[in-house]
Order: sequence, then C-alpha cells, then structure tokens
Amino acid sequence: MNVSRRRLLSASAGLATAAVLTACGSNTGGVSTGSKSSSTSGGSGKIVQWYHEYGEKGVQEAVNRYAKDYKDASVTVKWNPGTDYMKLLGTTLLSGSGVPDVFESEYGATLDMIQKGQVVNLTDTIGDAKSTFSQPVLDRMTLDGKIYAIPQVVDMQLLYYRKSVLEKAKLSAPTTFEQLVEAAKAVKTNDMGGFFAGNDGGVGVLGNLLIWASGFDQLNDDHTDVAFMEQPFFDAVSAYRDFHQSGALLTAASKDWFDPAPFVNGETAMQWGGLWSLRDIAKKWQDDFGVIAFPAIGASGKQAVPFGAYGSCVAAKGTSNDVEAARKFAKWLWVDQTDKQVDFANSFGTHIPSQPDLTEKCSQINSGPGKDAAKMVDKYGKAPSLFWTSKISDAYSAALTNVVKKGEDPKSAFAGVQSTAKAELKRVNK
Amino acid sequence: MSSSTLSKPPPRSFWQRVRGRQGRNLWFALFVAPFLIGLLIFVCIPIIWSAYLSFFDARATLSPTTFVGFANYQNLLTDPLFRKSMLVFIVFAVFIVPLTYVCSLALALALNNVGTLRAFFRSSFFIPTACSYVVAAMVWRLSFFNGARFGLVNSLLRKVGGSNIDWLSGVGYWYWIALVSLRLWLQVGYYMILLIAGLNRIPTDTYEAAAIDGAGRWATLRHVTLPQLRAVSAAVLMLLLIGAFQAFDEFYNLLSSSGTYPPYARPPLVHLYLISVGGADQDLGMGGAGTVIVTGIIVLFGLAQNWLVTGQERREKKAITPTAQDRREEVSHG
Repeated sequence: MNVSRRRLLSASAGLATAAVLTACGSNTGGVSTGSKSSSTSGGSGKIVQWYHEYGEKGVQEAVNRYAKDYKDASVTVKWNPGTDYMKLLGTTLLSGSGVPDVFESEYGATLDMIQKGQVVNLTDTIGDAKSTFSQPVLDRMTLDGKIYAIPQVVDMQLLYYRKSVLEKAKLSAPTTFEQLVEAAKAVKTNDMGGFFAGNDGGVGVLGNLLIWASGFDQLNDDHTDVAFMEQPFFDAVSAYRDFHQSGALLTAASKDWFDPAPFVNGETAMQWGGLWSLRDIAKKWQDDFGVIAFPAIGASGKQAVPFGAYGSCVAAKGTSNDVEAARKFAKWLWVDQTDKQVDFANSFGTHIPSQPDLTEKCSQINSGPGKDAAKMVDKYGKAPSLFWTSKISDAYSAALTNVVKKGEDPKSAFAGVQSTAKAELKRVNK
Repeated sequence: MSSSTLSKPPPRSFWQRVRGRQGRNLWFALFVAPFLIGLLIFVCIPIIWSAYLSFFDARATLSPTTFVGFANYQNLLTDPLFRKSMLVFIVFAVFIVPLTYVCSLALALALNNVGTLRAFFRSSFFIPTACSYVVAAMVWRLSFFNGARFGLVNSLLRKVGGSNIDWLSGVGYWYWIALVSLRLWLQVGYYMILLIAGLNRIPTDTYEAAAIDGAGRWATLRHVTLPQLRAVSAAVLMLLLIGAFQAFDEFYNLLSSSGTYPPYARPPLVHLYLISVGGADQDLGMGGAGTVIVTGIIVLFGLAQNWLVTGQERREKKAITPTAQDRREEVSHG
C-alpha cells in the first residue's frame, strides 16, 4: 500500500475523501527518476507526460507501453516517485519551467490551475464521448460547463465488515449510524476493535462523510456559503463524538485506514477503507466479508460513499509548446483507447473504469463485493466540491477535531468554519 | 636616520587601493564571492521576495498584481488557528528550551569529569544529532509511541498492569511526551558538545582558587562554572529558542494523518506550510506574511534575550567598578 500517496490524496481535497482516487497496492519503494518511452516513427512532435508513483507493480511499465503505442508523436513519460506529487506539480506549474504537456491531477485540475489559466479547456477534445463517462466524475472536473480534465480511472472508499463476526452477534450489515455503533459495541473484544477509520479516530477520512451522511452538501449551489449549518449535522457530529468516546471505535492500529492490514490482521471487525484493498481482503477472508456504504446519520440522513478520480489535464504552456498535439494524445489515451483503460483499471489493483460501459470487461468488479462497490458509486457517490479549498477544508477539519476530541460545542466550532468559508468563497468567486 | 630624510611612499592609485597589498582584497573577494552570491540568491532575495509577496494576493503565482496592503497580515492575525499556533510554540518552548539546556549541561558536566571512555560517551550522546528528524519521528510514531496494543511503550505499560494509551490521537495531552522526548533525544548531544567546549575554556586555576577557598561542588558550579559559561549558555538558549520556533519535521511527521493536520500541537511553521504549499491553494501571500511575523518575533526574542544577558553583565560590572563616590571616600580616608 502506498501510504504516502494516500496521504497526498487526502491533502489535496482537504479531508481524506480525496483519497478515493486511483488505487494503490503496496508501495514497492522502487525509486525511479522517470523513464523515456521509445520514440516512434509515426510522429515528429514531442510530448512530456507526468504520472505520480502508483504503488502497484506493473503500472509504470504499462503507462510506458501506452505511450510507446502512440504513433503521432514521441511521448516521454516521467514517473514521479515520492509523496508530494501534487505539490511538485503545483510548484512546477507556478514556476513555468519544465511544465509537462499532459499530466494527471487529483480530481482533475484544481480551482487555482483553472483560474490561473494553467490548464486548457478540454470540452471540445472530449466532444461527443462526454456521454460515455460517469456523469458525477465528469461533473467534478467541470467548471462553468467547461471540462478541464479527462477522467482516467475511478476509486472509492467503502466500509468493509466481517460477515461471520456480525452473524455471531446476530446482527446484519448496518445501514444507519445507530446500527453501526450498536454493532461495533457488540463485536468488540480485548483483541479486536469494533470499527476502525484511522489512527486519528476517523476525523480525517470521515470528515466530509459526516456532512453527506447527515443529508447535507458541503456548499450551497452558488458556492457562497456552507450548506450544513443545521441541527441534524450538529447532532451527527455529536453522535460521532459519543462513538469516539465509547471505546467501540478502534483509534490505534498497526496501519492507517487506507491500508487493509488492520482488517486483514483481525484487529477490527469493521473498517473504513478503499476499493484498492479489495484484492488483499478477499485473499485473506474469501467470502467472509462484505462491503457497504457509510451509514445514514439521523432522520434526514443518506448513505454515502466518496469517490474520486485522477484526471488527465493538458497544460496551457507545456514544454513542447504544442497544445494541440497534447490534446490529441490525451484524447487518444483516455477516450479512444478503451482496451488500455480496462487494462489500467483492472490489471494492477481494483478500480472502476471512468467509462461505465467498460465495467463488464473488468473482472474484479463484475461480480461479488467488487460489483456491489461499483454500484454504490452511482447510487451513493459523493465527491468534494471544487470550491472546497484547502483553507476551508483545514478549518473544517480543525473544528471537527475540536468537537470530537476536545469536547467543543459543535455549533460554535463550526460557526468559525462558516465565516472562514464565506470569506474564502467570496475571494475565489471573484 | 632622522624622520625628515625619509622619502614619502608614492601615492597609490585607486585600483591599487582596491586591490590592497599583494592583491589581498582581490583574493578575499575571490574566496568570499561564491558564498556571498549563494547567500544572496538563495537566502536574501527569497526573504525580500517573500516580504514583497506578503502585500499581494499571491495565490498560485510568484508575480502577483493585486496589491492588498496589510490584508494578509490582518487575515493571519485574526485566524484562530494561527494564533493558537503561537500558543503551541510558547508551550513547546517552555518545555523544550530549559529541559534541553539542563539535560545538555548535566551531560556536559558529567562527561567533563569522566576519566575513562570519555570519547566513547561523547560520541554515543552525539550520534542522534546525525539522525534525520523524519526518520526519528517515524520510529517514535510507529514503534515507541504507537497507540496500538503492540506499541513499545504500551507493551511495557500492559506488562506492569497498565492499559493502552493513544499517545498521538489528541485525546488528552499525551502527544507532548512524544514530541518533547523526540526533540530532546535528537538535540541534547549537540548542545552537550557546545557546553563541553565552553567548559574546556574555563581556566583550571579558577577551580583551584575556589577549592582553596573551600568551595564545595554546588558552590563551584554556581559561582564559577555557570558564570563562566554565560556566553555559551546565552548562545545555546538562543539557538534552542529559534529551533523551537522552527519546529516542523517532528510535529508534521508525528501528528499528520491522511494528509490532514490536527489543530492541536500545530506550531507556526506547520500552519504556514499548510497555507502556502501544503494544500492545493498555494497562498504564498499569506505564507509570506506569516514568515515576516515569525521572523519579527524571533528577532524580538533575540534582542530581548541579548538585552537580558548584557544587562546582567552590566549590573555585575557596575557592582565591581568603584564609583566616583567610592573613590572620593578612598581619597578622604587616605
């Protein structure tokens, strides 16, 4: 499991819901300085493409192979090892030096990239193929009707539970938060926790979920204010605080939430994790596990799963200075080459292709828990708003921590988030 | 030979004066220039540019155009998280500065009196200084202070009948133990070496004189060693304070989780990092304003400490220097 990458994903979207992006297996730790694909005879142009370091073995070779197959230009793939891909990308775009022509970015381009004109509008590039993509995923990469990234592959988070453990306690899979708390308390033993969502007590990864599961959105429709300052949300946060203090929530395990180890090792009966862990979990527990969405909280609550996707962007001022050639390559790889997209989604970990029609071709998600998980994205899928900036996210995360761990009153704690968000949204809406 | 017969040296031209005798000035410039240029490019210009950015709306740009005056400063000073980060620094400094100083001094005094294996012990205590803060933080986080039942400290607690403690979860204040012990382990050897160097400069005859006067160990420490170490101690305390201000690595690597950083135990640099480059926003204007504020506070602390130390020296000098009144009295008695 590529730990650092998971952290990075979380950082960019603020809370860990961002970590539902393209999957990772174990980080092999192989440090590469990037590799150049062979020039092809077909094209005279040169394109530089960037990827972050994927944890699963074989991804680097695969993306090099894809680039080599492109005949209209010579594509150089730069594989960026380490944990700070998005920071590296941000500073490179900022400096304007060595900017890749095509690059992947979490959830597509950030608001700053779009507002600073660092990426180009790809609406015409996708063209009629727009309808073949998962709508919620594409929406997340769209601003004012313009698409700024082509989704590569979809990742998601979900709740894993041990069937036999719950059956032994005569309980079924929880669909409400109350049931989750009841189940966690019932199955907890000295050696096994009831529910695990991270060594921070879950406040990082479940932050946005508390908004969505209590029936609200992060921001209002015109992005001028937060949309959750209501009593049911405060009640949801209070309920989570009580759960945190109950002892049924495991707050320390061998690895963090994004790693299947705690669930695989039997440290917890239920764990919030990522679809990327499905293969490891199935290997260990065979049929003795199931997957569900995060349960609804309160009367107006709804079940929710966060999803995310890396999007392929085209730089406005890339190294090759040939935007058209870069557009053409991005379209070729992420729109036209469906066999490569199936390979990318299915061969190295468990992911969902960004074009739903390809799901049937992905063996890991066309049956069993994988299929259940893929269905959840359409049914309960949520992604952080493009306008949910780092500053808002940080303020929200801080307030949630203060409520859950320091016992602050939710109403006053989140009032500060609201004022921060209003000021921030006023600025970004200019 | 009389001085009148000496011939005056010929007047030197401007370039000769610039070159200096035997071209010394040129050699000086040649050797100093690479470092000076490096300092200018990598330290001075970024500091000036950072201060310049602090007056602009500089998000995701190094060449901003929107002048905002002191708005970034105002936003930062009204930001509860930034204000709290200053409080965290004070708490951290209150713990770490005196504790590190006392431990370093105790070790330095102990090793100064060790007859055998002195070099071995010095090296042993100094070795952690060579360890990366990030690596050490990972060891502390994943091994010693892991909140799981198999964490090293928790295993020991369970052995003696205690229960698990979530050291880094933010429940209670246990994380301070991890933070302070980590920095102590990393730094105490370095400051011990500085203090040993200071101890070695104290003349032995001073101790002999004290012994003849019948001074015991404690009196010698209080009236000979500590006053003679004042200059080194002032430097050590200053460095420790600046180090406390610059705390980042161990905090970030011990407490960050899933890319988020909790609001508690957030020192100023971590907060500024999250604002300027840690998130996707890249608010360099706000980051620049924070840097200026933190730098200003460090300078103020430095000046205050310097004033306190020199003030003490002034008072002592005044105490031993005879005043005009004393001299008049001496004369009248004489």
